[in-house]
Amino acid sequence: MELPSPNPAILDRRAEIVARLKAALPAGTVIDDPRGLVAYECDALTAYRCPPLAVALPRSTQEVAEALKICHEMGVPVVPRGAGTSLAGGSLPTGDAVVIGVARLTRVLETDYADRIIRVETGRTNLSVTGAVEADGFFYAPDPSSQLACAISGNIGMNSGGAHCLKYGVTTNNLLGVTMVLMDGTVVEIGGAHMDAGDLDLLSVICGSEGQLGIVTEATLRILPKPEGARPVLMGFGSSRVAGACVSDIIEAGVLPVAIEFMDRPCIRACEAFAHAGYPDVEALLIIEVEGSPAEIDHQLRLIRGIAERHGPEVIRESTTAEESAAIWLGRKSAFGAMGQINDYMCLDGTIPVTELPLVLERIGELSAQYGLGVANVFHAGDGNMHPLILFDANKPGDLELCEQMGADILKLCVEVGGCLTGEHGVGVEKRDLMTVQFSEDDLEAQLKVKDVFDPKWLLNAAKVFPLAVTEGRRP
Amino acid sequence: MQTNFTEDQLREPGIARANEILRACVHCGFCTATCPSYQVLGDELDSPRGRIYLIKDMLESGRPADAETVSHIDRCLGCLACMTTCPSGVHYMHLVDHARAHIEKTWTRPWPERLLRGALARILPYPGRFRWAMVGAKLARPFRRLVPDARARAMLDMARAPIAAPSAMDQPQVHPAAGPRRGRVVLMTGCAQKALDADINAATIRLLTRLGIEVVIPEGEGCCGALVHHMGREEEAKQFAARNICTWMAQMEGLDAIVINTSGCGTTVKDYGHIFRNDPLAEAAAEVSAKAKDITEFLATLDLPAPERHGMRIAYHAACSLQHGQKVTAAPKTLLQAAGYEVSSPADAHLCCGSAGTYNLMQPEIAAELGRRKAGTLMALQPEAIAAGNIGCMTQIGARSGVPVVHTVELLDWAWGGPEPAKLAQG
Repeated sequence: MELPSPNPAILDRRAEIVARLKAALPAGTVIDDPRGLVAYECDALTAYRCPPLAVALPRSTQEVAEALKICHEMGVPVVPRGAGTSLAGGSLPTGDAVVIGVARLTRVLETDYADRIIRVETGRTNLSVTGAVEADGFFYAPDPSSQLACAISGNIGMNSGGAHCLKYGVTTNNLLGVTMVLMDGTVVEIGGAHMDAGDLDLLSVICGSEGQLGIVTEATLRILPKPEGARPVLMGFGSSRVAGACVSDIIEAGVLPVAIEFMDRPCIRACEAFAHAGYPDVEALLIIEVEGSPAEIDHQLRLIRGIAERHGPEVIRESTTAEESAAIWLGRKSAFGAMGQINDYMCLDGTIPVTELPLVLERIGELSAQYGLGVANVFHAGDGNMHPLILFDANKPGDLELCEQMGADILKLCVEVGGCLTGEHGVGVEKRDLMTVQFSEDDLEAQLKVKDVFDPKWLLNAAKVFPLAVTEGRRP
Repeated sequence: MQTNFTEDQLREPGIARANEILRACVHCGFCTATCPSYQVLGDELDSPRGRIYLIKDMLESGRPADAETVSHIDRCLGCLACMTTCPSGVHYMHLVDHARAHIEKTWTRPWPERLLRGALARILPYPGRFRWAMVGAKLARPFRRLVPDARARAMLDMARAPIAAPSAMDQPQVHPAAGPRRGRVVLMTGCAQKALDADINAATIRLLTRLGIEVVIPEGEGCCGALVHHMGREEEAKQFAARNICTWMAQMEGLDAIVINTSGCGTTVKDYGHIFRNDPLAEAAAEVSAKAKDITEFLATLDLPAPERHGMRIAYHAACSLQHGQKVTAAPKTLLQAAGYEVSSPADAHLCCGSAGTYNLMQPEIAAELGRRKAGTLMALQPEAIAAGNIGCMTQIGARSGVPVVHTVELLDWAWGGPEPAKLAQG
């Protein structure tokens, strides 16, 4: 993956840039020590790394605005950063960029249960938004697997989803308003404490814009009353194809579980060895969770079992207690850590029509054999959001490149069957060069023009999302 | 995560272990979410993920430690919440231990810090010296405003606590079981704890013997080595540990457990096997580690009689060394409930109180902020008393809470026939 070479004219002014930032911001806000910068050289996609020119960690919207204003005036690129958990390299710096991180903006600003909203600063982690309202019986629905650590800012940037998004929608369906700082330091308010927009729906443009339009510092989010209860059922099948068909049938029957999670044998075995969740040794496993009152749960599970039984499952295990539910989820929740024990991995993220699941899984198996790299599949099957994990050895020369090629082939496959390049991780740097597979030149140009409006100098996270060749004339 | 060590470097067992740990880390960032220093400071360099990166960089390059790296490693409490959180099983404890030893070998600290660390290493592990130091500090307290260094002031503040007189109970001896003998344990009587609070060992001995357990306090046991171990003073730590290992090995016949009632020490004793893995003492160290049990862990294996219920509202503070270091989470609460107390846990129970061994002395500002937060979440439960399983936490929280802080075992002793804990009677 090619990173743009840093602009020497900016590097030459490094001392001046740092001095201006330090003068405008309180002590302890700007990091410019080379050793300290190394820790900000990547996010959760460690395959690509580049220490930034400096890092600023402001404590308020005003300080974010100050930092942006200086960078804008001096023509310095900016890379926004939330919690740095992106799997697509969304907050990967360039050598001439200032990273502006919102991790210190963590306050809850307002909670209104009657109107079911919460307003938070966006450095706050996803799970701690729920944490702030949980005791009063509410929750924030989008739940990316990294919800413990990922920040709302990044959730908005990547329009993140999660296991429960099958029922509750992704971030854009739960975001009502934002306070955003534009590249020139202007602070704008978009949306508010209500559904839908009174005028042009700019909020939908901002959600998923990958930090290219502005830095969102505050967000008004929709919160929901917690359901009375929830219960998962675990099912094992003899082939991924059959499990995929079962998922299609459940969705077709109009049953709406909160989550349908899929794991294949390599993943099941790794999780079992790591977390000892007691999973059956089958080719494919589904975890389906439904929620509601006890009667609703029973009814939905009965329907799901009926459908599943038509596909000849090898195992059906319905949870009856909280402990059993926890055990069913334990393996799934340990999946990424378990895979990390085996080898380095690259976690892909593509979306396909649910009906194409069996075909795509089969083709991924073929690609795995062709490239000689192991693949484990674990993903949100209900909404067709795939997360194949390609295993490789980061310490073995050439393995990463092989892995990248195979990843590209899988994502092309997603587009080919009518899906798209990303489900919830964003395009970032990882899938940047594949955008031409999905979009024509005109399509891309239309998207670039949106960025032209918000960030005419193309300073914000400009090396991401679009192939470098496409943005060549626009970037400084 | 990719690492760049040479074959030569990897032949060194410490580096080989560090490499193994670093390779398991996928840089997902989950650890940042539960790291107390990151919660307070909000800079990734003060989170496990940032520190892992700094350590990786320092070890790979083989260069001496530098001021920047040292400052961020020093701000780590060693609470190990990151290890509970890590989905990939990254053994942060062994990595940071290695980094601390590397720092100690390659970095010369400014003299006030050398002085402070040297003094702590020479005083804290020895109850006699510690008592005298506390007397000195008490005399100096009226002049605390004149002390320029926040760390030195924090030391004087510790002298707020009453100095415990040496107790006859925790001298080397065998406390026979009352009635028929059901088991036999060694009690590690600790070092600083003895000087700060003699009631904890007394309650432990009373309760165990009443339950039919013979309690042996062998001649020769001493500090577990944790205090110096966490300062990176590897060799001194090993000397303390080796002495304990030899002392306890002589008691192994028919021994059910080595009981520890200071969970900070428990975590280290349970790691002796690792510390001595490349040493002639390896086998003995592993045996000792396997026998080490927190007092609540051991009590949970016994059949307990019906308690005398005192129906008190207790907020339970989980010491990090117990919940993260040893993964003993249920036993203390289950026992307190079985003993008839009404037990609750505070919000953010996973976060450190800021005591963390000598951390409250070396990083007083961060420690004070964490202490304030912890006391706040505990007091929100409106308890009549707070229970904890580690003397460090008890001192830290006790200085900020409005209610007595007792050791879990003191409450258990009271419920199963012992006297009311003095701290409650006074409170």
